[in-house]
Amino acid sequence: MESFDLQIKGVKKSFGDKAVLKDINVFIEDGQFVTLLGPSGCGKTTLLRIIAGFEKADAGEVILGGKVISRRSPAKRPINTVFQSYALFPHLNVFNNIAFGLKSQKVAKEEIERRVNAMMKITNIVDLAKEMPATLSGGQKQRVALARALVNEPDILLLDEPLSALDANLRKKLQAELKEVQKKTDTTFIMVTHDQDEAIAVSDRVLVMYNGEIIQDGSPEDVYEHPVNRFVATFIGEANILECEKVSDFFVKTAFGELAVDKAPAWKTGGVAIRMEDIHVCTAGENFANNVFDAQILERIFRGDYWELIAELPGANGNQPTQLRVMTDPDEIYNPGDQVKLYMETQYLQVLTD
Amino acid sequence: MASKTKIEVFEGKLTTRKRMRRFGLLLTTPGMLWLLVFLLLPTLFLIVMAFAQRGSYGTIDWSFSLDNLKKLVGFSSFGWSADNLLIIWRSLKIAVITTLLCLIIGLPMAFWIGAHKKNTATLLLALVMVPSCTNLVIRTYAWMLLLGAQMPPTWFARTLGIIGEAESLYPGTFAVYIGMVSCMLPFAVLPLYTSVERLDWGIVEAARDLYAKPIRTFYHGILSQMMPGIVASVVLTLVPTLGMYVVSDLLGGAKFILIGNLIQQQFFGTALDWPFGAMLGIVLIISSVISLIVFKKTGGKSFV
Amino acid sequence: MSRRIPLYARLIAYIGMALLYVPLLMVLIQSFNANKHGQTWGGFTFDWYVKLFDNTLVQTATVNTVILAVVSTLISTLLGTLLAIGIHRTPWGKKTQEFFDMSINIPVVTPDILMAIALVSVFALFRSLTSVFDPGMLTLIIAHVTFEISFVVLVVLSRLSSIGRDQIEAARDLYASTAGAWFRVIIPQLSTAIVAGALLAFTLSLDDFIISFFVSGPQSQTLPLFIYGSLKRGVSPQIHALSTIIFSLTLFAMLATALKGQWKEKKLKLKKQPRSIHEKA
Repeated sequence: MESFDLQIKGVKKSFGDKAVLKDINVFIEDGQFVTLLGPSGCGKTTLLRIIAGFEKADAGEVILGGKVISRRSPAKRPINTVFQSYALFPHLNVFNNIAFGLKSQKVAKEEIERRVNAMMKITNIVDLAKEMPATLSGGQKQRVALARALVNEPDILLLDEPLSALDANLRKKLQAELKEVQKKTDTTFIMVTHDQDEAIAVSDRVLVMYNGEIIQDGSPEDVYEHPVNRFVATFIGEANILECEKVSDFFVKTAFGELAVDKAPAWKTGGVAIRMEDIHVCTAGENFANNVFDAQILERIFRGDYWELIAELPGANGNQPTQLRVMTDPDEIYNPGDQVKLYMETQYLQVLTD
Repeated sequence: MASKTKIEVFEGKLTTRKRMRRFGLLLTTPGMLWLLVFLLLPTLFLIVMAFAQRGSYGTIDWSFSLDNLKKLVGFSSFGWSADNLLIIWRSLKIAVITTLLCLIIGLPMAFWIGAHKKNTATLLLALVMVPSCTNLVIRTYAWMLLLGAQMPPTWFARTLGIIGEAESLYPGTFAVYIGMVSCMLPFAVLPLYTSVERLDWGIVEAARDLYAKPIRTFYHGILSQMMPGIVASVVLTLVPTLGMYVVSDLLGGAKFILIGNLIQQQFFGTALDWPFGAMLGIVLIISSVISLIVFKKTGGKSFV
Repeated sequence: MSRRIPLYARLIAYIGMALLYVPLLMVLIQSFNANKHGQTWGGFTFDWYVKLFDNTLVQTATVNTVILAVVSTLISTLLGTLLAIGIHRTPWGKKTQEFFDMSINIPVVTPDILMAIALVSVFALFRSLTSVFDPGMLTLIIAHVTFEISFVVLVVLSRLSSIGRDQIEAARDLYASTAGAWFRVIIPQLSTAIVAGALLAFTLSLDDFIISFFVSGPQSQTLPLFIYGSLKRGVSPQIHALSTIIFSLTLFAMLATALKGQWKEKKLKLKKQPRSIHEKA
């Protein structure tokens, strides 16, 4: 059986003097939902466009199912795109928009009807067949754009920030629908987004990009729980970055004391990250062997489903005090001025590469 | 120039810059060739001709001479007279005043049109353009009738004491301005309306929110945004008006000689001095070029 | 979106519209005025309209004017559209881009008379080579195309910019060839702009006087020239009748298109309602 695995080998791209993609190597298996996540300017959209064929890489190859497609125009690649602006054809109704790709390929009329209707059912837009794009809502347009791309049964579907124009509630709903459609059609989805919540919600795999490079590549849990450097740690979720000095392979020294870590730092000084929700406020009677520190609550902010506390740990040996953000359940009430003990479990302390 | 043959993607197609340009040449050559042969080259030809001389029997003597330039500023075989300069000055004055009037009337019109729903607004805009389908000469003639001695407007002006008992509005300066404005107004309104359509009313509200009085709101909120449109409107009105002479000829009577009349006389009148006519044309060329530069410098992108 | 316009602004706007339409109204009234000289009202009559049909001079002039407008519009729209497309999609160098820019914009700001004398001069030059360029219909058509092209280009170019890059990329993404993408996606969206450009060209042609005056010959009398000539002799009300017919036709055509657009919208709205009734049931 033909495989639809995508391989990106050594792809580089510059616009003028600016290097937008520095040396991208990635292998994506058939059927995965992959997200390219990163801030604006990191190169994720450029990479997507290179895969689609709208840009040509300066170096490197794009290989699909073993065949090199780098030099094929978009019309010759079995890949379809959902554009950020949807790019629906305003002069055609919904049915003809969706049928466009099939008509280009000279598919027979009856088959076009069958496939378009089936796709409209899958994407939940059956009633809209005769409508013109101008009369559609944002969510409807998005579904039409999706249907228009998917009806061609591409080997890979590319999505360029497909949900960025929609409001929060609609976005959550459509994220679920996207995931469902992906599973149903068993197509590789590659999505570009700058919204980390979205990436974590829908993907099987997240590629975090920054400055033209893939910084981290892993499952959502992986990327969230074990960020590899400061950027990933702060870009995804909220993290406290502790500046540390290496003492030994299992101990580092911070401004407020020594921490036991489970991974040997590769640096003499560097960062260790710990997420807000992973710092534990000790209750009376709790005792831990290490990584326990005194702290004073400076401020608390109610966030609806949790409290965010700003805790200050006094500096040891004449160092400056450190402020950390700590998350607690809504029913754990602490007041500004309270003295608490904070416990940072070793497994949650992420030794970063920088 | 290695970048010309590098394979890039244009419009979703893998091709080279060179090939794109070659096809582009195919598309643009017919139009550009036409403009080149019938507009650009003739203009150059005119500039050359301006420094030639009038030959005998209406032919052209192609020896280089600055005579026409001297004639332009008033020096002729009879000494110096300010006639030509006066004519240029008069043309400028009329053009500027007409443009101002068109702006003063056109701005409220543009806003008024923009205050309606999109469909109605397009309809109104088309209504503004329709009179241009009726020829200039006919419309001007209508003003000749309307402003004549026996008509209400003249009678009205007489009672108000604006003009004397024996006079009528036509022929006269007032009639000329009415005719000019009536003629140029559609072209002034079009770019103004385009600007109004694109207005971001949020900025106006922000100005109001920051306690600006109505005049300041108008200035900072609206006028600043409309600058490109206003400049476009001014340019589109001022320069063509410089060359207009038919309206003033018909409505102003014999004493209203403008650059256009002078040029016409050189080509069809008794003077038959094409080179001098060309020199006069250069005055117009210079004003066109200056206005285009001003337009571009103030950030204008397109007239439409 | 209906904004409140202050009263003084609205009044000025009305004055502006009046300035535009009062002459037309005058022409309309005079076309029914039995009094030939138009200074006073002589009674209502259709005479002038009737006499029009026998007036061969006017008819020839009218035919010439219409042919001129139609032919020049066709040519200028074709050349202008191709030019606009070529300028838009081709990656020209910066200097070339500026050259195109200037070439397109200059004719728009050039006074008619300047273009007129330029054309007259160059026709005189060509005439020394061939008699094709004797003042006549051909020179008129050439002149009209010349001042129309830029306007068409500007209108079409503006629309091409607003259509944007995504459309054609989406078409290519969906397996269309370049020609296919252009003809199935871009040109349908461009069609209204092309028509608008053509209408603009047509209007400019009908309105032109000065260029036609300089460039025409004895055989190729167009309406404005005929009218100008007859002005010296005193304008026959037949001209008023003719003008009234012309602008009535234009007005009618325009209102018809506008109303057609509104009627289509009403149909669309009506279509939506029955469905909601069914859903409720």
